[in-house]
Amino acid sequence: MGRKLLIEHINVPGINTLEVYRQKGGYRAVEKALKTMSPDDVVEEVKKSGLRGRGGAGFPTGMKWSFLAKPEGVPRYLVCNADESEPGTFKDRHLMTYIPHALIEGMIISSYALGANVSYIYVRGEMMPQIRILEKAIAEAKNAGFLGKNILGSGYDLELYVQPGGGAYICGEETALIESLEGKRGNPRIKPPFPAIAGLYNCPTVVNNVESIAATVPIINDGGEEYAKIGVGRSTGTKLISASGNINKPGVYEIELGVPVEEFIYSDEYCGGIANGKRLKAVVAGGSSVPILPANLVMKTANGENRLMTYESLADGGFATGTMMGSGGFIVFDEDQCIVRNTWNFSRFYHHESCGQCSPCREGTGWMEKVLHRLEYGHGKLSDIDLLVDVSKKIEGNTICPLGDAAAWPVASAIRHFRDEFEWHVKEPMKSQSTNYGLANYAKPIEKAVAAEEK
Amino acid sequence: MLSVTHTEEIEFSPALLAQFSEIVSRYPEGKQKSALLPILHLVQAEYGWVSVPAMDKVAQFLSIEPIEVYEVATFYTMFFLKPQGKYVLEVCRTGPCCLVGAEKIMKYIEQKLGVKEGEVTADGQFSWRGVECLAACGFGPVLQIGPEYTFYENLTEEKIDKLIADLKG
Ligand SMILES: Cc1cc2nc3c(=O)[nH]c(=O)nc-3n(C[C@H](O)[C@H](O)[C@H](O)COP(=O)(O)O)c2cc1C
Ligand code: FES
Repeated sequence: MGRKLLIEHINVPGINTLEVYRQKGGYRAVEKALKTMSPDDVVEEVKKSGLRGRGGAGFPTGMKWSFLAKPEGVPRYLVCNADESEPGTFKDRHLMTYIPHALIEGMIISSYALGANVSYIYVRGEMMPQIRILEKAIAEAKNAGFLGKNILGSGYDLELYVQPGGGAYICGEETALIESLEGKRGNPRIKPPFPAIAGLYNCPTVVNNVESIAATVPIINDGGEEYAKIGVGRSTGTKLISASGNINKPGVYEIELGVPVEEFIYSDEYCGGIANGKRLKAVVAGGSSVPILPANLVMKTANGENRLMTYESLADGGFATGTMMGSGGFIVFDEDQCIVRNTWNFSRFYHHESCGQCSPCREGTGWMEKVLHRLEYGHGKLSDIDLLVDVSKKIEGNTICPLGDAAAWPVASAIRHFRDEFEWHVKEPMKSQSTNYGLANYAKPIEKAVAAEEK
Repeated sequence: MLSVTHTEEIEFSPALLAQFSEIVSRYPEGKQKSALLPILHLVQAEYGWVSVPAMDKVAQFLSIEPIEVYEVATFYTMFFLKPQGKYVLEVCRTGPCCLVGAEKIMKYIEQKLGVKEGEVTADGQFSWRGVECLAACGFGPVLQIGPEYTFYENLTEEKIDKLIADLKG
């Protein structure tokens, strides 16, 4: 059994209340930080922990914090990103639903470290029940003296508010989130300036994911060095993985980074294997934006090494044969799933969610959706496949925010690894409407590349 | 598209206005526009949708231009710009849910309610639509019903039958 730092007590009855949360050691980290550490000490611990942002980009949290500008007399803000909308990702909802105080406690520690006296938790609007849960938890914490003026006699003041979104994936992008929090459309800003210099209300701002913020609690309790002992290399600590699709046990799992992908899929501690006795066809390992991998690249890298659940191992092979950790949205496809249909579905999502500011993304996502639709419904041409690759290349890197890339990668990777299946849709338009391409060669072990062996 | 068929003035109740004021107090002086999304949610919970007269009133309350409210209300998918059924069933239509049968569930709802996506049943009780990933992919197929966004997970045809029967009361 791997260690659990975030959701160890998730099944304890009443853990959503302050009382039970405290019985299980909750708010010790706030006491420790505010009574015995300076804000810089807290930043130092987080740096030592090696914690990397859990929202998708994996940027080291301590380093991000140290970039925050601190001009005299200007307020600084911490904004928690609880917009969780990346298809395949549902860990933040899980944590907020069951252990809301883990986020509140992390917000207090992190706000203290950054010198923020007002902080916001931006929750996607559909999570109204979670908004209520958090508001209740905040009221409890305030009652107990963990929020408000002069917290625990430390002289530090903090007010914490929950802000609802309005149903827009783009507001998960941190500058769009800031715009939205200012009461505007969620159009991402051009960077620089980065939020660390000019964010919310033009003031220095840090935006962090729910899980990143909650992870500061065990980091302060046990020390950054202890946290960093878990994991492999630069992938330290534990990570919440949202597992969905055709598996026996979908749900949220806290893993020690470094668990082999094979173990994650097949062991009963995690996904419990492919549902209905089917075979594995493909995995999207980090939320809909990251490249899809066929079964034969999921458990092993192209070099034949075991693939691990770490930032580095998932990315091994680059985009040619690897993928990314992303937000940890682990989507599993069995042999009956149609990759063309899923790719069309994802591209409809990105088209729907494009904010429309940048032409390559606004127009390109629409074209990709349209072309994929005709391939899926048996009206496609072989040249459409290259057209898709071409459009995806013209979006990638040419937009203000990474939504364009996020839309391009799933299409490009699906064609890279499943071109046969796309071609089959063109060559067998009738057949593709009533049956699907199946597993084909996608689970066949890859011949080890000679060049790789020689390395 | 904004619906301009309803043009009569509306007055917000004192209780609603008190909630608006509390929300405004969460932001620094002069940043009251930040209250716009939370206030639009409250308006929708009260009226079932967000009409132009309601938006004009919100603009007045926040001392901003009406266009600033329209451009926001039209950007975010949660705000209804025309009247809906009393219960709007919003079903996730995104990839992971489709791997476990969301498309079938949507077809079933369409057939059961007898209305197409976005339309309202003759008795005014129900409408439905597909929405994008609701961050519950491990429990799909899923749907939500506002204004409290109650969640229904691991949907089956039987569960839909029961849900609709329960809502009819
Ligand atoms: C289109 C798009 C959507 C995003 N959605 C989310 C999200 O829902 N939650 C999140 O934490 N980060 C999301 N991000 C990443 C944020 O921009 C940002 O990197 C993150 O919140 C930083 O927090 P972290 O360093 O703790 O990961 C998204 C990014 C993009 C480009
Ligand atoms: S795909 Fe349906 S909730 Fe995520």
